Amino acid sequence: MTGVSRRRLLGVSGAGLLAGAAAGAGAERAASAGRDAAEEEAPAAIPFYGRHQAGIATPVQDRLHFAAFDVVTRDRERLVRTLREWTAAAAAMAAGEPVGGGAVGGPGLAPPDDTGEALGLPASRLTLTVGFGPSLFENEHLGLQARRPPALVDLPRFPGDRLDAGRSGGDLAVQACADDPQVAVHAVRNLARIGFGTVAVRWSQLGFGKTSSTTPAARTPRNLFGFKDGTANIPGGDAALLDRHVWAAAGDGAPWMAGGSYLVARRIRMHIETWDRTSLREQEDIIGRSKGEGAPAGRLRERDEVDPARMRPDAHVRLAHPSAGGGARMLRRGYSFTDGTDGLGRLDAGLFFIAFQRDPRTGFIPVQRSLADDALNEYVQHVGSGVYACPPGVREGGHWGEGLFT
Amino acid sequence: MRLVRALACASAAALPMTVLAACGGEERTRAGASPAGGGGAVAIEASDNGCEVAKKEYTAGTIDFRITNRGREVTEVYVYAPGDKIMTERENIRPGTTVTLTVQLGAGNYQIACEPGMTPPDFRQDITVSGQADHATDPRLARALTGYRAYVVRQTDDSIAKARAFVAAFKKGDVAEAKRLYAPSRVGWERIEPVAESFGDLDPRVDAREADLEPGQKWTGWHRLEKALWKTGSTKGEEGHADRLLKDLGELRAKVTAAQLDPPITPASMANGAKELLDEVATGKITGEEEAFSHTDLVDFKANVDGARTVYDLLKVVVLEKDPALAKELDGAFAEVDGLLKKYEKSGGFGGYVSYDTVGKAQRKELSDAVNALGEPLSRLAASVVR
Repeated sequence: MTGVSRRRLLGVSGAGLLAGAAAGAGAERAASAGRDAAEEEAPAAIPFYGRHQAGIATPVQDRLHFAAFDVVTRDRERLVRTLREWTAAAAAMAAGEPVGGGAVGGPGLAPPDDTGEALGLPASRLTLTVGFGPSLFENEHLGLQARRPPALVDLPRFPGDRLDAGRSGGDLAVQACADDPQVAVHAVRNLARIGFGTVAVRWSQLGFGKTSSTTPAARTPRNLFGFKDGTANIPGGDAALLDRHVWAAAGDGAPWMAGGSYLVARRIRMHIETWDRTSLREQEDIIGRSKGEGAPAGRLRERDEVDPARMRPDAHVRLAHPSAGGGARMLRRGYSFTDGTDGLGRLDAGLFFIAFQRDPRTGFIPVQRSLADDALNEYVQHVGSGVYACPPGVREGGHWGEGLFT
Repeated sequence: MRLVRALACASAAALPMTVLAACGGEERTRAGASPAGGGGAVAIEASDNGCEVAKKEYTAGTIDFRITNRGREVTEVYVYAPGDKIMTERENIRPGTTVTLTVQLGAGNYQIACEPGMTPPDFRQDITVSGQADHATDPRLARALTGYRAYVVRQTDDSIAKARAFVAAFKKGDVAEAKRLYAPSRVGWERIEPVAESFGDLDPRVDAREADLEPGQKWTGWHRLEKALWKTGSTKGEEGHADRLLKDLGELRAKVTAAQLDPPITPASMANGAKELLDEVATGKITGEEEAFSHTDLVDFKANVDGARTVYDLLKVVVLEKDPALAKELDGAFAEVDGLLKKYEKSGGFGGYVSYDTVGKAQRKELSDAVNALGEPLSRLAASVVR
């Protein structure tokens, strides 16, 4: 596979590259050692087909490109056709292959099917996950009103929300995650291209560092506040928890969603400048965990059980804890972002929060409500929002719109 | 003081429930700060079955402990006030390591507890602290504190007096006059906001913004009246809310004039309050979110900066001795912000400033840059004066 040879050539770590530059002969060994280590924890490709869409319970990759689309056609069949084409393209890209006839080698007078920037790059564990927004079901031309799942509610307004319509909503959403940002961007770009005339990009968001992991054995990543995030996340391997809190069931009100999940996305601006002026002790009190180890207040180790009583009443972890939200749990898959500046000499930085759940009414909504008094609110502001019904996985020969449109 | 909460690092003002404050620990020492421990520190020898404290009698003020874990288990050390109220704690002290723990204690009886394995049982020693409260040990800090408490009361009185006139005009239905009196009535409040915010739900009752309301939360306070004046253009039906504002401000006065503030103001909380005032400017005023209808954000802005400067001026004598470079930086940064704000003064404008919606993007950025340049050194004030 070209992917593997690419890995061999460049190595996957900075160390491999440095070794190559410094001492030609040692480079090959260093690079292949890097490859072995990386492949142990990071297989090149995540299977696209399956009972559930990839990109939910599968291990969290390092990079994100999330895009929301609006449907611009009134032709239902055209939309279905696009979803079918999207599915085929997604399956190819997830396997590390180019879209359609490829980026090169086609007819010289025609633009290539694939845009080309991922040529020679490995699959990079690319996953593409699709969801349908509430507005899709309200579009009178598509006739989907009766198909709207009861769980796909419009999110209520939460205190402190400062939502930008240009960064919220969308008829369709695509979550592209990969270990290489170029691979994730390539995927969204090619889907957008296939979709011209049917769908148009409404907004998109790049994420550069995962802030949650679904693999408890791995080191917990940190968010831009410098704290470990997602310690108590639902592990991707815990089938019982996933069935209870993440996967929709046939009896939940929309049989076509069985095996699917509901994605809530929130663009959360972090006021990192004022946060950085806050004393360490106060930062730890606000979060409810120690900054270094990530141990809950009054405990020793990161994974020690949280004791809400040991925390400030408005500590973030205390209020986000299932005991405060009526037992609500979600599978979080957020990413950090910085998008230039806010025009006021500060970084427009924050967390692009993504959570999957069986039902937002018993997941994100109660959790966010219980965060109304969160001490962290002084340092965060929700500026974008979306909720999407992600259908179940696709079997070979099927497509993303299959359950919804038939 | 009956029971002084230790607030060496945490901010009492914004965090009413904070009961802990431990500075110290070698790994937390920032460049320029002298590490705790050394000659003045009191040794605590923690073992798997005991807790030896080198000294039983203390003078009130800042106390440094130097804890050595002689045991085989990871341990933690607490300083408890009566009723097991935690004054400070240090967790995760590994066998064979020595760490420092700093706490401010007022007169009273306390216990030091070592808890090997970080689970009960623990081993306790009684200690007695006598003399005046911590801040009194440095007469300059005591003076600063007295001066600040008087300032807080003065600003509260100023706000109440001006709010009375504002409310009178409002209830009369004199929209133009009420608009004129609105922003000035807020100045005293904005100058002492971190203190006002420390009293439970008083701040949301007085100063909540519409965008921050929780579902079902009743909107009261200045901004509700602001909306009536600027958006609706009528005070009809809102008179009760105007009265309510005065009542709530009366409650503030009772709290700030109480013999014992709860939570108390300490030199550290006072200094952190200055930083918080700049945070307020950075996240609320610079963006124009605070005064969404009246656009009198610059009046609040100036009041926040004035409140921070008062804190700094009161503490300056100590800063000059302990960190003269910081004093120089703060002097320059305050002057820069003042100079910029001056450009927006306008006689006849609400509260003496131009409407913030006329302040363009580039100008807002200039203001924001100056606020950042001031907020950053201000965040080091607490650690520099309280050692």
